[in-house]
Amino acid sequence: MMNRPIKTGSAGTLESNDCLVTIEVNSDDSVIIHLESVVKARFGKQIELTIKETCEQLNLVGAIVSVNDKGALDFTIKARVETAVKRSL
Amino acid sequence: MKYEPKNPYQYIGSYNPRTYQENKSSRVSHIVKQVETMDELFNRIQLRDGMTISFHHHLRNGDAVMNLIMDEILKRNLRDITVAASSVFPVHTSLATAIEAGVVTQVVSAYMSGFVADVVSEGKCLYPCVMQTHGGRALSIESGKLKIDVAFIASPAMDASGNISGRQGKAACGSLGYAIADAYYANVVVAITDTIEPLNHIDIAKECVDVMIVVDSIGDPKGIVSGTTRITKDPVGLAIAKRTIELMDAAGYIKNGMSFQTGAGGISLAVAAQLHQKLKKESIQGSFASGGITGYLVDMFEEGLFERLYDVQCFDLAAVASIQKNENHYSISASQYGNPYNPENIVDQLDVVILGASEIDLDFNVNVTTGFDHRILGGSGGHADTAYGSKFAIIVSKLVSSRISVVVDRVTTITTPGETVDALVTDYGIAIHPRHSELIHQLKKTTRLPVVSMKELLDTANELCGLPQIIEPKEKIVAIMEYRDLSVIDVIRQFDPL
Repeated sequence: MMNRPIKTGSAGTLESNDCLVTIEVNSDDSVIIHLESVVKARFGKQIELTIKETCEQLNLVGAIVSVNDKGALDFTIKARVETAVKRSL
Repeated sequence: MKYEPKNPYQYIGSYNPRTYQENKSSRVSHIVKQVETMDELFNRIQLRDGMTISFHHHLRNGDAVMNLIMDEILKRNLRDITVAASSVFPVHTSLATAIEAGVVTQVVSAYMSGFVADVVSEGKCLYPCVMQTHGGRALSIESGKLKIDVAFIASPAMDASGNISGRQGKAACGSLGYAIADAYYANVVVAITDTIEPLNHIDIAKECVDVMIVVDSIGDPKGIVSGTTRITKDPVGLAIAKRTIELMDAAGYIKNGMSFQTGAGGISLAVAAQLHQKLKKESIQGSFASGGITGYLVDMFEEGLFERLYDVQCFDLAAVASIQKNENHYSISASQYGNPYNPENIVDQLDVVILGASEIDLDFNVNVTTGFDHRILGGSGGHADTAYGSKFAIIVSKLVSSRISVVVDRVTTITTPGETVDALVTDYGIAIHPRHSELIHQLKKTTRLPVVSMKELLDTANELCGLPQIIEPKEKIVAIMEYRDLSVIDVIRQFDPL
């Protein structure tokens, strides 16, 4: 079963070691990821991969996923994305 | 026993500091010339292209004097000026402007942050800057390697005849330790004050001063307390502090007569607070605490837990209040503090120093100068001096903060060589330098402290964060890392923004 957002959902904070994830409705079926991160130069690719994999596991479609990362570890990013997605459904 | 650094002190052939006695106190019936305006001042000092000027940083981020002088220099069409400032803070915007305008072409300093650090990192300063240690700066001035043409000394209070005190005035900052070498050895000494009154204590005698000028304000004393000088409230940081005290105790350093110094980082200050409780509970009396003095050390001193304070720089207003009233709270110069050639330097008498790190590597080398991206964020200050001098130098840090590990394969920039660092205490375990094999054995046998290897800490960090992408700088060298013996320990290359 696919999960398609019907409203904006968000989770997380802008504290150090956390991230703020916002899920918005996209006009088509694709999932677009926007990443801002204080450690983008060092871990950008890895964080994007973590977000992408989490979205795939959640069977997310038709969403714009914006992550403002303040140095969160992968398990935090996964948890924040999952919660934000559930809040958008 | 500490190993000598791999780059041992170079023999400085004729190191024989020109002494204050020879030079300046012989100026009998010396009269300090008081000038009224900046025009008069600059006419008198004859500042020319290519000269070196100096400043101290006792007013830290509240300093108004460097900007005042730099603004005058910017107006006067001077070129190729070297600025030897003991430290540079975010408030020093006019210096950044002067670098970008090509007026200032080199900076020599022990610490830089803010706009100046940015323009230097971005390669906008014509010549490579020199990043010193506090002790190394004193050595370089005393030995004549760093020649200062004009020293501009922010002077919190002066008497009518031209003596200087740091302990009085609107912007009282306590010790003037970093200005002493400049006052003794600069060719021309300019004292800038906003308070003329009789003095109770003289930090710099009028014989050192050539010209004085009264201005509206030399700075804001509130800026003396910088952001870092607050104790951590983070439970993880407090737990690291507790472990650090246990380590100091197990290694036998908490005892009568102990001497101690901490940096001003949040966890370092928490170590001071917990040491306070322990000394009090167990009725232990230390000999001295030194360095940048904070209220936490003043409290211990005033309760009799340390006999003396050796203060090269007051880190907060509680320290300023103490030095004004307490006899055994001594001002010391940067040379007395950390000059490796000063036979009575304080750092060599230290038992334990607690320090921070931006990075520490598998060889225990520490970086407190740049970020992983090669951008300048600070500098040694007394880090390398105290690590070398003390019997036991402990680095305290969380292992991972905002996905950045403090433990790395190889530091981006070497501030303090690993041969002079003894232990790292983190929330994921304690790494002891392998040369202390007996201590490692003893700690494992008789304590429950989590002793691990540096490699294990690195592996843990990589598991948590992932493997970081290495960030290469540009080719241009923007700064030379000068160790405390004035040898070159590393270089910093131009920051490459992505």
